[in-house]
Amino acid sequence: MYDVIIIGAGPAGISASLYAKRANMSVLVLYYGESNLEKATEIENYYGFANGISGKDLYENGIKQAQNIGVDVKGEEVLHIEKVQSNFEVTTSNEKYTGKSVIIATGNKKLKPDIDGINEFDGKGISYCAICDGFFYRKKNVVVIGNGKYAVSEANDLQNIVSNVKILTNGLKMQTDTNFEINNKKIKRILGDTKVRQIEFEDGEILNIDGIFVALGEAGGSDFAKKMGVITNGDSINVDSNMSTNVEGLFSCGNVVGGLLQVCKAVYEGAEAGLSAVKYIKSK
Amino acid sequence: MSVKAITEENFEQEVLNSEKPVLLDFYADWCGPCKMMSPIIDEIAEEIGETAVVGKVNSDDNMELAEKYEIMSIPTIMIIKNGQEVKRFLGVTPKEEIIKAINE
Repeated sequence: MYDVIIIGAGPAGISASLYAKRANMSVLVLYYGESNLEKATEIENYYGFANGISGKDLYENGIKQAQNIGVDVKGEEVLHIEKVQSNFEVTTSNEKYTGKSVIIATGNKKLKPDIDGINEFDGKGISYCAICDGFFYRKKNVVVIGNGKYAVSEANDLQNIVSNVKILTNGLKMQTDTNFEINNKKIKRILGDTKVRQIEFEDGEILNIDGIFVALGEAGGSDFAKKMGVITNGDSINVDSNMSTNVEGLFSCGNVVGGLLQVCKAVYEGAEAGLSAVKYIKSK
Repeated sequence: MSVKAITEENFEQEVLNSEKPVLLDFYADWCGPCKMMSPIIDEIAEEIGETAVVGKVNSDDNMELAEKYEIMSIPTIMIIKNGQEVKRFLGVTPKEEIIKAINE
């Protein structure tokens, strides 16, 4: 059991880990995929670097700094977070971890694929949460749009409820092995009336379906948040000035809470979230 | 004002025939996010007092209602005025947004 489990190893997550670890908490940082910071060629507006620093260096230095003070940092894909009584269970592609508190610092991720009709049918046959909405599609034909372990995990949650589930990669290569039927064709648009009825592919083929579950790439912070009943504003997680969400023991910081998408803001919020988690654990 | 359990049996009387605006929370016992929404609905009922009817609909027990309103994601929060749906929120929604919509 960890005191604090942090999802994301960017400036917000690592900063949170430093403050929590220095307060003698046991801290696990889980990360997966490429961080936005890693992709930044040069950071020239962050305090203390007279000649700037590459995003990659800043990112890697942060992870080393956390490891140097004893934070466990693991590159594992988080598939699911669940609050069980007063603790949190975090399931990754490798293992299940338990934490007294969780900090979501995953950065912002575009949840919606750029497909005609995806906004129009939101909540009318398009869902972002298999475990929440699967029940409404019992004995129906559904598809999961995605190409990674997260898509397979969503398909698994659906398979015992629905009559048929396929994974549509929308032109991308499937990145994991699975027994589910895979369709690699690019999607042109989603068709329906008061709810989703069909998917039209670029080659003109039509697939009749009752529901679409979106699970692109790896799960983002707001995917986890929505499944736990965290209040979100679009793809941003709502937090107060202490970085607390409406779920007790769950905090969030950095780009995933919206606002200024800058390293300095992520570092500050990480510190605040880390300290708030410490305060929360001590109050228990 | 207390939160009413709305069912297929009392729907017409409590919701469709209501002279006040009605706030409905479609939920299910197995739904994690619904458990976070539920106390927010209770707070709203307390805050708005007698100005509106606040009800919760168990969508497993009242599947015809859930189907009639094409509920495909829960929690779904719906505001009904004069028997007509005027606003729908999907997922856990802040209290202030819902109260604003009731008063509009």
